[in-house]
Amino acid sequence: MTDMVLLGDEAVALGAVHAGVTAAYAYPGTPSTEILEYLVRYRQKHGGPHAAWCANEKTAYEEALGVSFAGRRAMTSMKHVGLNVAADPFMNSAIVSINGGLVVVVADDPGMHSSQNEQDTRYYADFARIVCLEPANQQEAYDMTREAFNVSERFEIPVLIRLVTRLAHSRAAVHVRDARPQNPVRKPPVASSWILLPANARRQWHDLLGRQPRFVEWSESGEFNHLRLNEERRDLGVITTGIARNYYVESLDELGYQPSHLHIGAYPVPVELVRRLLGHVSRVLVLEEGYPFVERMLRGIVAATIEVLGKESGAVPPDGELTPDIVRRAMGLRERRGQEIPGLSLPNRPPQLCTGCPHADSFDAIKQAIAGFESAVVTSDIGCYTLGALPPYSAVESCVCMGASVGMAKGASEAGLKPALAMIGDSTFLHSGVAPLMDAVAANTDMTLLILDNETTAMTGGQPTILPPSRIEKLVLGLGVDPAHCHVITAHHRDTEENRDLIRKEVEYPGLSVIIAVRECIETLKTKKRG
Amino acid sequence: MKYDIILAGVGGQGVLSVSAIIASSAMKEGLYVKQSEVHGMSQRGGAVLANLRLADAPIASDLIPLGSAALILSMEPLESLRYLAYLSPEGALVTSTNPVVNIPDYPDLEGLLGHVRTLPQSRLVDGEKLARAAGSARATNMVMVGAASHRLPVKVETLEHYIQTTFAAKGENVVETNLRAFRAGREAAV
Repeated sequence: MTDMVLLGDEAVALGAVHAGVTAAYAYPGTPSTEILEYLVRYRQKHGGPHAAWCANEKTAYEEALGVSFAGRRAMTSMKHVGLNVAADPFMNSAIVSINGGLVVVVADDPGMHSSQNEQDTRYYADFARIVCLEPANQQEAYDMTREAFNVSERFEIPVLIRLVTRLAHSRAAVHVRDARPQNPVRKPPVASSWILLPANARRQWHDLLGRQPRFVEWSESGEFNHLRLNEERRDLGVITTGIARNYYVESLDELGYQPSHLHIGAYPVPVELVRRLLGHVSRVLVLEEGYPFVERMLRGIVAATIEVLGKESGAVPPDGELTPDIVRRAMGLRERRGQEIPGLSLPNRPPQLCTGCPHADSFDAIKQAIAGFESAVVTSDIGCYTLGALPPYSAVESCVCMGASVGMAKGASEAGLKPALAMIGDSTFLHSGVAPLMDAVAANTDMTLLILDNETTAMTGGQPTILPPSRIEKLVLGLGVDPAHCHVITAHHRDTEENRDLIRKEVEYPGLSVIIAVRECIETLKTKKRG
Repeated sequence: MKYDIILAGVGGQGVLSVSAIIASSAMKEGLYVKQSEVHGMSQRGGAVLANLRLADAPIASDLIPLGSAALILSMEPLESLRYLAYLSPEGALVTSTNPVVNIPDYPDLEGLLGHVRTLPQSRLVDGEKLARAAGSARATNMVMVGAASHRLPVKVETLEHYIQTTFAAKGENVVETNLRAFRAGREAAV
């Protein structure tokens, strides 16, 4: 049809549209955010397909699951740690007989550019015993997304697409094709296949295990996995997966010959193709972004007959993301050097809060309010306000996962750290902070929860929060927080003294208090003003 | 032909707009393009890096290997020196002289500019001054595109076309300011 310049994320989004997706759901998370952002814009412009932000990855997943139940195609997208939140529906949706194609796009962040870990989502696909596709470039991101819906319907399983940051956030031209129409509404032909009562679940699980050889046969068929043997040489073989192939190809000319090469873009691992490669060479180099998933499979526990080079042998660093230069070294090529100025050392420039950010004023008030307490603790959460951990604020002591600030403050208080303050943003609170607040209400825990309400999901670029700010106070009161200890304040430096005194008072109160500090994010405010 | 560009700056300086304008121009002239960007946490006032690769044949890697960039184009002097290891021995560095001081240990500016001058091919441009003269300090990034334009493997007319396209939605005045900024940068770096 035509060529378009797209981010890897956008290529996935457009691939889904052209595959006839009926609805897409997500919670923002770098590097996956631009998938749903593209679909939201597409919907505004073309009137469909349905695309919506959700409270969290679990609710997004379940909404997509409902679309599949109705026989229509659905997509949910998230960052790697988002799948931890959605792990319950994910694992169980592998066991139902998927009806309309269900595609789960997960963007991993090797190197932790904007994340708290670098977990490798391929393990989740293996854990659930389903199929995973791993595109190497923007074109494959588009093509594989289209095909993922077909595979999902053919095998009646959710299909996982694994992206990584460098593909998600890199642009190139993509050749796009004609769109396929959406599916009509059609309930699952076998009703019991979606009711996971133990008797049904046992049958469904047995059936899923029984279909595994068909998945492997499909992955060996060569649509996304390619083996090329060099009949003239039997020394080195190379296995690449996903974008690792790009770095390998980048330096291949300098190697002077073409080693036998297996590229894996689809899982389960194509066992027969791997066996043919290993039967042909004496050494194999495994290049994969993330954990040594394929490498470990080859290495096993029994002594291997051929040498396996990769992350566990030290040929490739065990952590961080791959680069063209890491792959060059693993290929035995000489290191390339650029320019340098001897003795030059530059200070880092870490990300920081914008000038005028309401969080900065909240940090000031909190620091002043808890000054003098010897065993105070301030737990924090995932968002711009995590930057409060850095100087000049150094105001928070934890950042673990979405919503953890609330439960951790409760536990720390019950263990004897007082006063215990939890600091969480409005979007993160609605994502995962409400349930632990219920625990704190039930126990009337001696802790203070500060909800920093900047009226947006700021860190990922200002997506709307699922509830408007005016509703957060009602929600908190509805959970049973004592109205005498629930306050709404303005996070502004004009009010810092007043806010400090109020926080101090509530910190000293031996029960649960909630303070909602409201002021709109300076960035979204600017965007609105610019129109 | 391969032409790798490291684009550097601080979050908010318009590095991604620079990247988009050069990339669109190259594509219009029939080149293959890959453009790797930084989104998310780093954009908040931190160091921002974009990898832009242009070639007359398909490009494999989204990332530029060490020692292979033909150009480092930077919106800020400290940031211009951060990625020297990527600059090829024949490569050029073009940077604005205007510092963004948002860290407590920002080095001595004259020292930084002195380092830039020691490089075999470097060009310092007072981007902010030229942008103000063109109508807005916000157009500093377009001054820098202009300053680099002599070295880019794309035509000036094509770059100007995409500057117009990029800013068209913001009105004729903004378009004119950015075009003036581009031309001033181009003239300053002859």
